[in-house]
Parts: sequence; structure tokens; C-alpha cells
Amino acid sequence: METIPSIRVENLTRQYGAITAIQNVSFTVNRGEIVGFLGPNGAGKSTTMRILSGIMSATSGSAWVGGISVAQNPHEVKRRIGYMPENNPLPDDMRVVEYLRFRARLKGVSGRKLRATVQDVMEVCDLARTARRKIIGTLSKGFRQRVGIADALLGNPEVIIMDEPTIGLDPHQIQGIRRLINNLRGRLTVVLSSHILPEIERSCDRVIIINRGRVVASGTSSSLREEFLPGNRFELEIEGSQDRAAELLKAKGITAEILEAREQDGNILSLSLRAEGNGELGPQLIAALSESPDCTLRSLAPRVPNLEEIFLAATKRSWEETIESPKPKQPTPAKSE
Amino acid sequence: MRNFFILLKHELRMLLISPPTYIAAVLFLCLMGFLYWAILRGMVNTPEDTLPIVQFLSIFWIPVFFVVPLLTMRSIAGERSIGTLDTLMTTPTSRIAVVLSKFSGAYTFYMLLWLATLGFPWITATLFPSAAITGGLMEPAPIIGGFAFLAISGILFVPIGIFASSITRSQLVAGMLTFTTLFVVIIGGQQLGNISQSGGNLNGWIDGVVNYLQIFQHLDDFSRGIIDTRPFFYYTSTGALLLGLATLVIEAKA
Repeated sequence: METIPSIRVENLTRQYGAITAIQNVSFTVNRGEIVGFLGPNGAGKSTTMRILSGIMSATSGSAWVGGISVAQNPHEVKRRIGYMPENNPLPDDMRVVEYLRFRARLKGVSGRKLRATVQDVMEVCDLARTARRKIIGTLSKGFRQRVGIADALLGNPEVIIMDEPTIGLDPHQIQGIRRLINNLRGRLTVVLSSHILPEIERSCDRVIIINRGRVVASGTSSSLREEFLPGNRFELEIEGSQDRAAELLKAKGITAEILEAREQDGNILSLSLRAEGNGELGPQLIAALSESPDCTLRSLAPRVPNLEEIFLAATKRSWEETIESPKPKQPTPAKSE
Repeated sequence: MRNFFILLKHELRMLLISPPTYIAAVLFLCLMGFLYWAILRGMVNTPEDTLPIVQFLSIFWIPVFFVVPLLTMRSIAGERSIGTLDTLMTTPTSRIAVVLSKFSGAYTFYMLLWLATLGFPWITATLFPSAAITGGLMEPAPIIGGFAFLAISGILFVPIGIFASSITRSQLVAGMLTFTTLFVVIIGGQQLGNISQSGGNLNGWIDGVVNYLQIFQHLDDFSRGIIDTRPFFYYTSTGALLLGLATLVIEAKA
């Protein structure tokens, strides 16, 4: 039997009047995966998430959660989803445990299991000992965020959707939330969006990059690296000129493209290179640059492009594509005299 | 339905723990107590043929104008502006249950406030037992009739506030909208009645409609013990319509 993907989205489009928030968005998320949703502001991340959680309806297209259509059976879908909205709204004048019990009841947890369920999620989110009876309005941002995640976990959902769970947190708190998400790995399907790219890279199995309402890339960060920034990259520092270095590399038969060259103090030049080749490229570069007396290699480091660069490359490419597609002319900067 | 009770319980609990509730209740009771006292004083000076409780209930519109907006403006607009309406929508709760729980919570509190005003005649009667007999302070019939009117008219007034609260994000706008609508409904109906009486040249059916909207006339009938089904239908059907519209608005403006 083929397993049903946790989330399947096909050609989802949502328009707000004349503005198209998302257009033909399609993706699937498998059971137990942690997927990161990336995109600049206004790209349509929140819209997609809101449609998935059944708050908002799509203009066209369909979405399924656990094989159930969101449009046809939103009630059932809501039972299977834990959703934490952007900015994590919470009522300020309730106690943590009261709020979670209220939410658990709403999500259909029966009276007998209520205490145990709430206790469980508070343990998972590290709220049980520290913040159990605190009033939500007095909690720090990190704790509020945990309350939001605890709420999303209530009622045993199979999919958890979190809109920017780490926004506005300090590094310690971010680490805490990351540990929390790691704890969920394998048990649940998690979809989260974030601006903080290293975050996504560390905690997610797969990344979906969305820009201007379209999915521009999707895959693991290494596959995205292949697609958007192919080739091996090196950072090196040499004593000598750029032309001489290029000459030496050519003589050794290494096809390399110098992406960036910066003059540092003295005679030292730092270069970033992109070269085609296999794992032996490093030693070859060292060999090529160490033979000539007028060009000395000072340091060499392979550089793995991080998600930030992939993100920039992917969103830039989609930007260029949309400019070529039928769009009004680029606005000329207005001059005010 | 299960969720409705959970939400209602939550709603009442939130009302009980929030200080504005008590402030509103104290202000309401102070004002109403003062008005009751003024009515009694007036009666001492010039004898009147209506009972004090009837006179007291005939100024029901003063507290309605400020209590109903205060009670309802927060209900949906407040939740929407802090975003908890969204989190509510992600639970398997029907929107009608959300609106109904808001209505029931506000309505319960509204009626509790009114029932508390029964303390005034009771206090007067215990302090001045002789006046209670001659003045008819605790006459049951007008009290039952008057409170039946308040209970039924509340079915219209509270939904006006709930609906106003559902269409906006700002509590202030919701409150003002509620106030103006209540003003039009209560005073406007009265004025239309005056026009039709002084002009006297209205068509038959318009006259009927105008009579239908006479809220003060309804109160009069109820306190005399005439329980008419027409006002009952007017209040409940319009109230239900407004609550239905509020549900649709929440659904559309999620």
C-alpha cells in the first residue's frame, strides 16, 4: 500500500482582489518530514499556511492533509493539524495551564485525558515546572512561543504548521525551540516558515523556497545547492596577482572562474573561485599554486554555500523570470524636484 | 454543540476574571441606583399613578446605550485584533458556535446586571416596610412583565453589538457603531411613531410597520402584563438575523 503524503498541495492559487498572493503552488510533504518554508516578506508563505490550516479558502486549486481535502472537509482537517499562526497570538489574562486546557477541550480531548494531555505537552515544551501557573501576559517572548507550540501539539495532530516560530527570539531561545522541533522529528510532520535561514538549514529535512507567490525551488539543501550554485567553491588567499594565478591554474588544466577578488593589505589577494571537478580539486589547486615563486598560496578553504546564498540565488532567478513574463514595465524612479 | 459550552464557559470565566466587568457593573448599578432614588423622591413630592418599578424600567434605554456597547465591543473585534480569533478558527469549532457563545456570554451578563437592579426595590422595601405596601414597590406583575421585556429586547440589543464587533477590528469603532445603531433602533422607532401620530396620513401598511417598531410601546404593554407575540418575533428574528450575519462575516473575513 502506498502511503498517503501528509500534505499534498496542487495548483493552489489565492487572490486578494487584483493581487495574487500565491499562484499555482504545488508541493507534497511526506509523513514525518520536517519541511522549511522560505521566502521573502509577502511571498505567500503565510497565505499558503493559512489555506492549509483551513482558516482561509483558496481561490482555486486543492490541498489535502492526510488524504483529506481541506476544502471539502475542513473540520476533519483541523483535527489533524496543529497550527501556530504568525506572531503567536495568545490571550494575555489567562494562566498557561488554563489556556492549554481550554484549547485541549476545544480540540476534542476528552475530560479524562485532559490533565494528562496538557501535562504531556507542557513537559515537551519545558513549561511544566517553570511556567505552569504563570499568567501569559507576563511571560517572556521565548516562553510565549513555547506556549504557542504546546498549543499546536495538543490533540495529537499528525501535522504541525508553524508560521515563524523563531521570530524575535534571542539565540538561546532559538536553540531551545530548535531542540524542541528536533524532539518532534519522526513523530510528526512539521512545516515551518522562517526568515532565519541557518535555522531552517539545521532543523529541516527539506526546504521549499517560495517567492512572489510561486514555488521557485524545493529539495534538500544539498540538492538546491547543486541546482542553484553548481560547482565547487573555494576561498583562497595568495601572494601575487590575479592574472598570474589564473594563468597558473590554466596551465594545470583547471577550469576555474574567479567570482570575486579583493585586495588585502600588502600584496595579499583573496579570491573566491568556482571550479568544476571532483573531490581532488583541493590538492590540485594547492599543487598548481605552489610551484611558482611569484604566486604563493597562503590559505585555501572549500566553501559550502549556505542556504542564504541559495535563497538569494533562487529568489533572484525567479525575480528575473517574472520580470520577463508579462508584467508591466519596471517603474522608473520618480524624480521629485 | 460541545464546543459551544466550552466556549461559553470560557467566555463567562473571562468576564469573571477581568476587572472591566466589575467596573462596568459598579458604574451601572451606581447610575441605576441613583435614578431609582430620584424616581422615589419624585414620587414623594408629587403622587403619580404609575408604580416606581414601571417608571424605573421605562428609562431602560439609558443603561442600554452604554452597557451593551461596553459588553459587546470587545467580543469579536478584540479577539480579531489580537489574533486569537485565528487560533480559534484552527480548532474544529464551527463559527456559529463562536458567535453564539459570544452572544450568550454577553447576554447572560447583561441580564445579570438587570437582575441586580431588583436589589433597589428590595432594599427600599426592607428599610421602609410601610412604604413597600402603600407604594407597591415589590408588585410582582410589573416586575415580571418588565423583566420579560428586558430579556426579550436583549435578544435584539446584544446581537447588534456582536454584529458591530464582528465587522471591524477596532473595539472603538465597534462600540460607536453599536451605540448609533441602538440609538436609531430605540429612539428612531419612537420618532417614527411620533411622526405617524402627528401626521396621521400614512398608508395603512406603513403605519403597521411603524407600530411594529415601537420599542417603548412594547415595554408599556409588557409592564401591563400584555405579552404580545409580535414584539417577541421582532426581537428574536432580528437578533437571529444579526447573529447569522456575524457568522457569515467571520467566515468571510477570516
